[in-house]
Amino acid sequence: MTTAALTNGSAIPLSAVPRLPFDQFQDHLVEACGGDHRLVCLCVGRGLEGYAVLAGTGGPALEVLRTTFPEPDFPSITPECPEAHLFEREIAEQRGLKPLGHPWLKPVRYHRAYNTGRDAWGRTGPILPGVTPFFRVEGSQVHEVAVGPVHAGVIEPGHFRFQCNGETVFNLEIALGYQHRGLEAALLCGPHRTTLKHMETASGDTTIGHAWAHCLAVEGLLDLQVPLRAGLIRAVALELERLANHTGDLGAIAGDVGFLPTLSYCGRLRGDWLNMTAVLCGSRLGRDLLKPGGVRFDVDTDRLADLRARLEATAADTANAVELMWNTPSVLARLEGTGRVIRAQAENLGLVGPAARASGLRQDVRHDHPFGPYAEAEITLGHEDLGDVAARARVRWQEIQASVEFLRWALDVLRTLPEGPVAVPAPRALPPNHLALGMTEGWRGEIAHLAVTDDHGRFSLYKLVDPSFHNWTGLALALRGEEISDFPLCNKSFNLSYCGFDL
Amino acid sequence: MLKIMAARLKQGHRTNRFPEVVPPMPDRFRGRPVLHPERCAEDCSACQEACPTAAITKPTPGTMALDLGRCLFCTACTEACPDHGLAFTDEFRLATGAREDLVLRQDETYQLARELGEKAMALFGRSLKLRVVSAGGCNGCEVDVNVLGTIGWDLGRFGIQIVASPRHADAVVICGCVTRNMELALRKTLDATPDPKLVIAVGACAISGGPYLDQEEQLGGAVGAGIPVDLLIPGCPPHPLTILDGLLRLLGKVKN
Repeated sequence: MTTAALTNGSAIPLSAVPRLPFDQFQDHLVEACGGDHRLVCLCVGRGLEGYAVLAGTGGPALEVLRTTFPEPDFPSITPECPEAHLFEREIAEQRGLKPLGHPWLKPVRYHRAYNTGRDAWGRTGPILPGVTPFFRVEGSQVHEVAVGPVHAGVIEPGHFRFQCNGETVFNLEIALGYQHRGLEAALLCGPHRTTLKHMETASGDTTIGHAWAHCLAVEGLLDLQVPLRAGLIRAVALELERLANHTGDLGAIAGDVGFLPTLSYCGRLRGDWLNMTAVLCGSRLGRDLLKPGGVRFDVDTDRLADLRARLEATAADTANAVELMWNTPSVLARLEGTGRVIRAQAENLGLVGPAARASGLRQDVRHDHPFGPYAEAEITLGHEDLGDVAARARVRWQEIQASVEFLRWALDVLRTLPEGPVAVPAPRALPPNHLALGMTEGWRGEIAHLAVTDDHGRFSLYKLVDPSFHNWTGLALALRGEEISDFPLCNKSFNLSYCGFDL
Repeated sequence: MLKIMAARLKQGHRTNRFPEVVPPMPDRFRGRPVLHPERCAEDCSACQEACPTAAITKPTPGTMALDLGRCLFCTACTEACPDHGLAFTDEFRLATGAREDLVLRQDETYQLARELGEKAMALFGRSLKLRVVSAGGCNGCEVDVNVLGTIGWDLGRFGIQIVASPRHADAVVICGCVTRNMELALRKTLDATPDPKLVIAVGACAISGGPYLDQEEQLGGAVGAGIPVDLLIPGCPPHPLTILDGLLRLLGKVKN
C-alpha cells in the first residue's frame, strides 16, 4: 500500500501513512490528478516532510501521501498537473525548495522562507510585496493597467496587473500577500490560546467554515463524538454564513451592472442573515460559537421559533429581491457570456465551490465527504455548465434556495431533539505523531485543514487551504478577452478572500 | 418596471432610526464588560491565562484592568472565571478618543470619544468623507464598516460617505493589524489624504494587532505603527452600531 485512506474529521497515526520515495510520491499525484482525483492539499513541513491529500469520486475517503522532499530543488509536476502550480510556488516560498521546470515560479505571499536561509529566488535584501517580473504583452497598441493594493471600495488589498489592447484584456496577473500576517507560523507548536481566534479570522467572512474545519481536525485527533445537537447548530451557522454572503454578492453583482433595486435590498437582507447568526451566538459573524467538542451556545424552543420566523421572512424578501434580477433582460445580457471559465480549465486548475459548480463540475464537501449532520441531510448541489458570471450567480441563487430548505429541516430536527449537552469536554493535550484532516464546504468552496502532531502532541504542521487558494487563478482566466470594465463584475462573481489566501 | 415597483412596495422602508431609536441588539451580544475584582480569589489568574490577547491585568490584589483595545469580546475569560469576576453587558457604546481610555477599570468612568474641536467641527461636522484601508484585516471589520452604507443604516443621512480616493477623503479608516506587506501602501494612502485629516482605527487588530499581536509579520495596528489616531473603535469586529455610534460621537451627533 502506498497511501493511507482517511475520512473527513478523523485522524490516523503517522506510522500508518507510508513514506514514499519522492519520485513515487510525484508519480502517484500526476497519475491520480490525471484520472478522477483532485489535489486538496500539497505542502511541506519541518524536516522537509511532504504531505499530499487527494479527493476522488469513489467514496468519502481521502487519500493521504507522505514523502521527504529533496534539497535544494525538485522537478516540478505543474506541467503535467496544473492544479499543483500554486502549491509548488508556496513550497518554494516557505521552504526555499525550487520546483525545476515550473512555468510560473513567482512568490505567493512575499515573505522570507521559514527556518531556512534558502530563498528560491536568491533574494538577499528586503522582500517587498508585488515585486516580481510581471507577465508583459509587448506591442505599440498594448498598454498596462495596474490596480491596487489599495482599491476604490471597502475591500481587502491585492495588486492586479492587466495587459490590454484598448478595452480588451489579454492577460490579468494577480499578486497577493499584502494581508500576510504569519497565520500558519503562529499555529505551530499549538494549539495555543489564540488558535481558535486565528481560525475564526483566517478569513473573517468564513468564521464558521474555518472554525468548523479546525474543530473537525482536533476532534479527529481526540477521537471525540460531537453531540448531534451541536452538529446541527454548527450546520445552521454554516448555512447562514452561506446565505449572508451569497445574498450580499448577488446584490453586488446587480450593483456592478447598475441594477440598483437588487443591490439595495440584498445589502439589507445580508444583514438580516447575519443578525440570525447573532441570535445564535451574539456575533453577526459567528465568532465564539464553535469550539472543539461542540458549540458554546444552545438553542431553546423560543430561539428556534424566532429563527424560524426570521428565516421565512428573510427568505421571502431575498427571493423577491433576486428574482427581479432574473426578470430583467438588460441585467441578464450583461451577465451571460461574461467572464467564462470552461469546464476543462476549471478541472485543470482544481477550482472548488460555486465557481467549480458553475463550470459543470459536481463537487461539494457536504455531499462528497460529509461532516456533521450532512451525512443525513440531502443537500441539492448548485449546478450550471457555462462557467460565466450568469452561471456563477445562478449557482449562488440555487444554493440560497438549498440552504433555506436545509435550515427548515435542521430547525425542525433541533426542535424535536431531546435537550442535552451541546459540547463534550475536549482535553488540551493532543495525541502525539498523528495526522488529521478537517474539511468543510464554506460559501466559497472547499476548506481543508491538515494537522500533524509531533512527539509532544503539538502541531508540527498545520496547513490551511482556503477555497480562494484554488480559485484566484480562475478569476485571472475569466478575464481573458473580456473588457477591463467588466473586471469588478467578474471579481464579484467569485468574491475571493485575500486574507484567506495570504494567511 | 411594474415588478420593480411592486418589489419596492414589498421591501418597504428599512433604515433604522438610530440615534433617536436604538435598534434591538441580540440578547447574546457581548458589549462593554463590567469588572468585579472584589469577587476574585486572591491568587486567581484564570481569566488572564485564558485570554487570547493578554488583555486582562491585575495590577494589585483586588484590582483589575481590561484593555478593550486588545479584547476580542470572546468568552474565554468569563468561561474560565470561577467567581464571576467579570461579565459582558449589552452596552454597545465603546469608541474612545485616546488609546489609554480603552483600558477599563472598575469604579472608573469609561471615557467615550468626545466631539471634535470647534475648528475640526467646522470642517467635518456636516460632511465627513471616509477612505477605508484594509491592512491585514480579516474582512470582518471591513464588512461591518461596509454595511453602514446599506439602506439598513444609510450612513449618508449623517453627511458621512465612503469615498474611493484618499484625495477626496477627510478621514482614513484603518482595519487590520497593519502587516509589514501593507505598511508602505497604508502610509502612501495617508500621505495622499489632504490635511487636516482624521484617522479612525476600527477593530482590535487596528488598535493593538488583535489576535496577531505577537506576530512579527505585523506592526500592532495603526497605533503600533505609530500613526496618530483620533477615534478608536474596539471589537472583533465591532458591531455596526458601535462603529456608527463612534462616528456620530466624533461629529457631536450623539452626546449621552
